[in-house]
Amino acid sequence: MKPTIRKATQHVNQNEGLIFEKSSPGKAAWKLPPLDVPEVDTATLLGSSERKDLGNMPEVSEIEIIRHFTRLSTWNYAIDLGMYPLGSCTMKYNPRVNEVVSRLDGLANGHPYQPEKVSQGALRILQTLSECLIEITGMDAITLQPAAGAHGELTGLLMVRAYHQSRGAPRKKILIPDSAHGTNPATAATVGYAVENLKSDARGMVDVAALASQMNEEVAALMLTNPNTLGVFEQEIHKIADIMHAKGGLLYMDGANMNALVGKVRPGDFGVDLMHLNLHKTFSTPHGGGGPGSGPVAIKKILEPFLPTPVVITKSDGTLGFEYDRPQSVGRVRAFYGNFGMFVRALAYTLANGPDGLRQTTEDAVLNANYIRKGLEGVYDLPYSTPTMHEVVFSDKVQAKKGVKTMDIAKRLIDYGFHPYTTAFPLIVPGALMIEPTESESKEEMDLFIDAMKSIAEEVEEDPQMVLAAPHTTRVSRLDETAAARRPILRWKPAA
Amino acid sequence: MRYLPKSPADREAMLKAIGARSIDDLFAPIPAEYRLNRDLKVPRQMAESEIVDWFRERARENGDGYVTFLGAGAYYHYRPVIIDSLISRGEFLTAYTPYQAEISQGTLQSIFEFQTMMCELTGMEVANASMYDGSTAAAEGVMMAARLTGRHSVAIARSVHPEYREVLATYAHHQGMPLVTVPFADNARVDLNQLDKSITADTACVLIQSPNFFGTIEDVAAIADIAHKHGALLVVSIAEAISLGIVEPPRQADIVAMEAQSFGVPLGFGGPYCGVIATREQFVRQMPGRLVGQTTDRNGKRGFVLTLATREQHIRREKATSNICTNQALIALMANIFMTIYGKVGLRELAKQNLAKAAYAAQQFGKHAKVLFSGAPRFNEFVVQTGEDPHAINSRLLGDKIVGGLPLKKFYPELGNAALWCCTELTTRAAIDAVVGTLAQSERSAKSAKERADVQEVVR
Repeated sequence: MKPTIRKATQHVNQNEGLIFEKSSPGKAAWKLPPLDVPEVDTATLLGSSERKDLGNMPEVSEIEIIRHFTRLSTWNYAIDLGMYPLGSCTMKYNPRVNEVVSRLDGLANGHPYQPEKVSQGALRILQTLSECLIEITGMDAITLQPAAGAHGELTGLLMVRAYHQSRGAPRKKILIPDSAHGTNPATAATVGYAVENLKSDARGMVDVAALASQMNEEVAALMLTNPNTLGVFEQEIHKIADIMHAKGGLLYMDGANMNALVGKVRPGDFGVDLMHLNLHKTFSTPHGGGGPGSGPVAIKKILEPFLPTPVVITKSDGTLGFEYDRPQSVGRVRAFYGNFGMFVRALAYTLANGPDGLRQTTEDAVLNANYIRKGLEGVYDLPYSTPTMHEVVFSDKVQAKKGVKTMDIAKRLIDYGFHPYTTAFPLIVPGALMIEPTESESKEEMDLFIDAMKSIAEEVEEDPQMVLAAPHTTRVSRLDETAAARRPILRWKPAA
Repeated sequence: MRYLPKSPADREAMLKAIGARSIDDLFAPIPAEYRLNRDLKVPRQMAESEIVDWFRERARENGDGYVTFLGAGAYYHYRPVIIDSLISRGEFLTAYTPYQAEISQGTLQSIFEFQTMMCELTGMEVANASMYDGSTAAAEGVMMAARLTGRHSVAIARSVHPEYREVLATYAHHQGMPLVTVPFADNARVDLNQLDKSITADTACVLIQSPNFFGTIEDVAAIADIAHKHGALLVVSIAEAISLGIVEPPRQADIVAMEAQSFGVPLGFGGPYCGVIATREQFVRQMPGRLVGQTTDRNGKRGFVLTLATREQHIRREKATSNICTNQALIALMANIFMTIYGKVGLRELAKQNLAKAAYAAQQFGKHAKVLFSGAPRFNEFVVQTGEDPHAINSRLLGDKIVGGLPLKKFYPELGNAALWCCTELTTRAAIDAVVGTLAQSERSAKSAKERADVQEVVR
């Protein structure tokens, strides 16, 4: 059977070498204005510190740069081209008004050290976003300083540590479910905690009995992702919180999957003591090929003394300012105040939605995941039948019998015009296909996706070799990652 | 809601297909007592025009149209317009981390070029795809040195950016990593005798910044000799990337931890910026962050992939070199385009203009105030000591829409009424001369105040 690929078709795209291969002496893409102060003698000023040569830096013209990067850009898949269903990554639409407002002169050119008197606009943005995020999470206070989700985890656990320290001892361990993202254990180790694994039960939720037996006075906190990486809401969340609190532990929530909850339920209301958000997931700031992110940490009152410095406050004259004098603070986790440009975007997103838009967004995200689950159930193995929130996890169990694994199916999906789902994660599902459509997909786009996935399942039955060799239509075929790691070539060098 | 691509009929049809009566059925897993049965108390839904107006108002309240003499880790340089034209392409802006190499070659190849140029500029052999910023890159560079040497303490120069030092203190505290601060000498460079005494058999590395926080270029070779003599590594932080156009890179360093904000990244009230770690090839397996490597596809065609992932948290979990996951890819792309635009010749010319503006300003300011730390080369920043409190001078300058230098009392009380001033290619002679006028006036009033005080002293 010849597959019918409705979403995508092949077309010409340009070849392009490395920029260094286009360089030749005398070409330039820059022009400086005439110097309005006296020229200096660099040798006199710098002596032996003067640099004489910039090595193999390129020399090219402006049109070549435009074409170079435009050609490169056409080799990328992007949300702007279609569904990007990476599980737990929340690849939603990145609104363009966010980009416009973040580039307004007073904001884009604001210096972090300019006097507070001429920083009231930026401070107001920090404060307004803080208030919105506190309300959305149901917490009491927040720091916007962390630069990404993992950095938020680090900040959160530093506060956990400082909290316990203030009560006598920092404690020794962090409990982490086996379904958790790799940053959770890596962060716990960075903060000097031992990691103890917590197993999931048959429903894919935290095994509450196991938690009760593992919880003791050595445990500082449980890091819980809710909904978890299976897209499952922890239905016994109140018991989990109670178990932690009864032994003086804290409940940390990884907010990676907050897109399932905004406007419908607030972590602060179900016993969470602190959590991070990913503004680049839930709040629509662009992923940009892998960053910048932003990972604010929202906390309950008991943790407030430990917030990183500085904190935005309203001063006695009614103006806004930074407060640095906080003796119990964990300190700074980043220079200046965080990824401010992302705060502008996240706030623009919140204002564009309002309370009704935020709720509808969450409902659509959950509706979409359930629609895909329904569409593919029976075609792919569903290891956990527990209700789905914002993402659904299938496995390659059926297709693996033909020797086709989740990564192969993912690569074939590329030929159908889609970005693959998340493969081989969470670890508790062997051969996982983790699908998060987000609210940004129309019914038509999802129908195309479901058709593509069904068609691939048929191909696996009829011609597994063809699927194993996918993708067939990209400008490069599967790349040799083993060779790349064995003899790393991490930079270009001129031919000897 | 204008971002949501579904009609009410679509939603109905989908619910029907799922077999749910209403959307509430899908939220049934959330225990009823926790469900929010009211609107969130956030501002009402706004039209695009209202959003733009709201932020324009904030921009106006935020020093819009002021001339700045601030640097101190965040620099105001010209950003060629094609940076934003190119990074605004949806294929760059709205893509994720390039795990699926076949449809991410654009991002991957651009990172490979970024890594290459960072190596060329820093004099190192390998550079990563980016870190959060200069401060966290410095902290991660130090942690890396500790892993490489198996030693636990750090000697850190007091002339490293104070906020970078604060970040390192936060990171180091829970690693049980003692920090020893090394003072600066009269010329603002690291005091080499003190440095030598500060290093012990347990010192993993020496962390310096060059040009340092005061704008002074360190004697990296001498510092490296001392560090290496004791078996410690040298980590060099670079906060002003433009300096690399004219200042010899720290080739003797083992790890370079950079902030690339000066390469075409807006000031943006402090972020997002772009950290980078560069090092020697032999240390690459202890380097944190993403790395892109060259390889071939099944037909032998050149392509690029994320590589050496066994260092990273998604594979190694608690044994990873760092917990970093998301980096600053789009900001690294800005820096990449900036470096490509200026290139081999332009970067040097640009750096030279910075040097010339700062040299002129220091000379002019020196007529009415004391420019500290002579006797060592500077790049585009310098410290000025005045009779009057620099906050008072700055208040007057604000009236002329000029933001003056950064008062240093908070960070370096021993320097008295000192402030850190920065000039870039965008600082005009007219602005410098305007500040000189204010400084002259300040000097006169400080002098007459002092004379009055002296007279009173004599009378008494």
